[in-house]
Amino acid sequence: MALSLSTAAFILERDQSQCIACQVCVRQCANDVHYYDEDDGVVRSNPAACVGCHRCVTLCPTQALVVRTNPLEFRPHANWTAATLQSIYKQAETGGMLLSGMGCDQPHRIYWDHMLLNASQVTNPSIDPLREPMELKTFLGARPDSLAFEADGDGEYDLRTELTPQLELDIPIMFSAMSYGSISYNACRSLARAAKQMGTYYNTGEGGLHPDLYEYGPVTIAQVASGRFGVHLDYLRTAAAIEIKIGQGAKPGIGGHLPGEKVTREVSRTRMIPEGTDALSPAPHHDIYSIEDLRQLIFALKEATHYRKPVSVKVAAVHNIAPIASGIVRAGADIVAIDGLRGGTGAAPTVIRNNVGIPIELALAAVDQRLREEGIRHRASIVAAGSIRNSADVVKAIALGADAVYVATSALVAMGCHLCQRCYTGKCNWGIATQDPYLTKRLNPNIGERRLTNLLRAWSLEIKEMMGGMGINAVESLRGNRDHLRGVGLNQVELDALGIRAAGT
Amino acid sequence: MKRIVIHEEYCIACRLCEVHCLVAHSSSRDIVKAYRHERDTIMSRVVVEESGPLSFAMQCRQCEDPRCLEACPSGAMHRDPRTGAITCDESRCVGCWMCIMVCPAGAVQQSTSGHRIASKCDLCQDADMPACVAHCPNEALTYEEVS
Repeated sequence: MALSLSTAAFILERDQSQCIACQVCVRQCANDVHYYDEDDGVVRSNPAACVGCHRCVTLCPTQALVVRTNPLEFRPHANWTAATLQSIYKQAETGGMLLSGMGCDQPHRIYWDHMLLNASQVTNPSIDPLREPMELKTFLGARPDSLAFEADGDGEYDLRTELTPQLELDIPIMFSAMSYGSISYNACRSLARAAKQMGTYYNTGEGGLHPDLYEYGPVTIAQVASGRFGVHLDYLRTAAAIEIKIGQGAKPGIGGHLPGEKVTREVSRTRMIPEGTDALSPAPHHDIYSIEDLRQLIFALKEATHYRKPVSVKVAAVHNIAPIASGIVRAGADIVAIDGLRGGTGAAPTVIRNNVGIPIELALAAVDQRLREEGIRHRASIVAAGSIRNSADVVKAIALGADAVYVATSALVAMGCHLCQRCYTGKCNWGIATQDPYLTKRLNPNIGERRLTNLLRAWSLEIKEMMGGMGINAVESLRGNRDHLRGVGLNQVELDALGIRAAGT
Repeated sequence: MKRIVIHEEYCIACRLCEVHCLVAHSSSRDIVKAYRHERDTIMSRVVVEESGPLSFAMQCRQCEDPRCLEACPSGAMHRDPRTGAITCDESRCVGCWMCIMVCPAGAVQQSTSGHRIASKCDLCQDADMPACVAHCPNEALTYEEVS
């Protein structure tokens, strides 16, 4: 066998004066990095397979382990970086596409970090959320063009306008689409329970709904993607809303890919596909080649659910996102979900993940602006997705025009994910992106639920503080309120695209 | 009384319970020193049983009607009047191993201390919570009031 030219991404430093050879690291590494040397009575490591997930480091009872980036250096070259060379070595060896998990890891500009929030000083009062009510309640769905009332003769008025179905959120944050199959049953259960606990929703992704999770139907958004995995009438009718997935921020233009290794018996039952087969979603929906086709599917789903559930359409943020979103609203969607460049995935070709799409901040601003100009902003809610990392990102997204946000990577991190980006191997040491029975039980849904609800609770407290500082007591008043945003370190083109002014002006 | 409840569906077979049980019953109470200097004479009173992906940490079940108490000829095995926990008074144990023979859970072991005494879980009586429960990273062991 010819020599591999790839070198280890990490090195492991084991402090032998601290290591007690308890072998917890040996038992916890699904990549077999650590091993017990019986002759010498010590634990050693072979870092070649280390993915940098820190499972061993976190569980080591004596903190004897450190994982470091391999300091091995090539002769410096600004164009031919180490990562570029390593990719070529790997492809020359395998002849295949390089895969990655999670969102784009390239240093594209993160616009959230170039926007700053306002606060009240002297001329208008700020609000203390600990002393005064602060409303985060959010409704998602189409709003009527106008409201008609009829006097009932007793001085009361009855609403005559028929309202469309709405999703009611206690906080403007939902858990984004992650399928059962790409993530474990325990991860799905943690998300469902946390959504119920916090008065929000989680999304099934394109993997269908496990029968045991039907009890969480009222907080479930059921996704219908191009593969139609797990889609049937009960699935649609159980959920609170339906989402047609056209695209995903991590891989615009291509369909999902769940490796056969992750299609276990339970996953195969839920997805309604044979066990062990790759679940490949087609790149397009084969029945959608136009806005009119999309309208047909939206109304087919509305018809199937007796017009009782809002229908969302999720698209990746791409160059012409504004007219695309306009078309989606005109096609009858109640919610438009936009997933930006940095959105996560369980598996995507690295080249697509890192190079296709546009950042959510720019897409969101463009869509909100376009829908306002066309006078149809009220006809659909906008949900922003694609790397919402903290509560400030949530506030900035809402100020840019989002009604709510989707979080997925943050939720995974809350459950233990360390962004090793190897979800597609099915060997997630944290028990999240795996179906291996040895690994899935590492995520206790009681802990998962607690950590997720803690995260949402912490963010909601921070959001209230930030809103209070601005003198705003309801999230409704923050929505699209770009006066509360200022750009720093941005050029005029970027400021114009975001529709905000530069700091100091 | 409070008992250790096993949740085998969340046991990840890391054996940290064994590590921390051993440390809790060492004289140094220091994890590195316990392993370096006392390893041969102290032992964990909890044992992780494994069969394929199924695993769980087994320690004394604190039976309502403990057979070890009945079988013990020296009265070493007794119920602590204060906490209700079944423990072995090592100064009275004669090492006849009757408790090991009758324990339905296999939770009593021969001590490696060099003396012929029985070693079993004492629920870490001087602590708020048994060490195995406190250090289980996945809450596969809980300490609960169970009737």
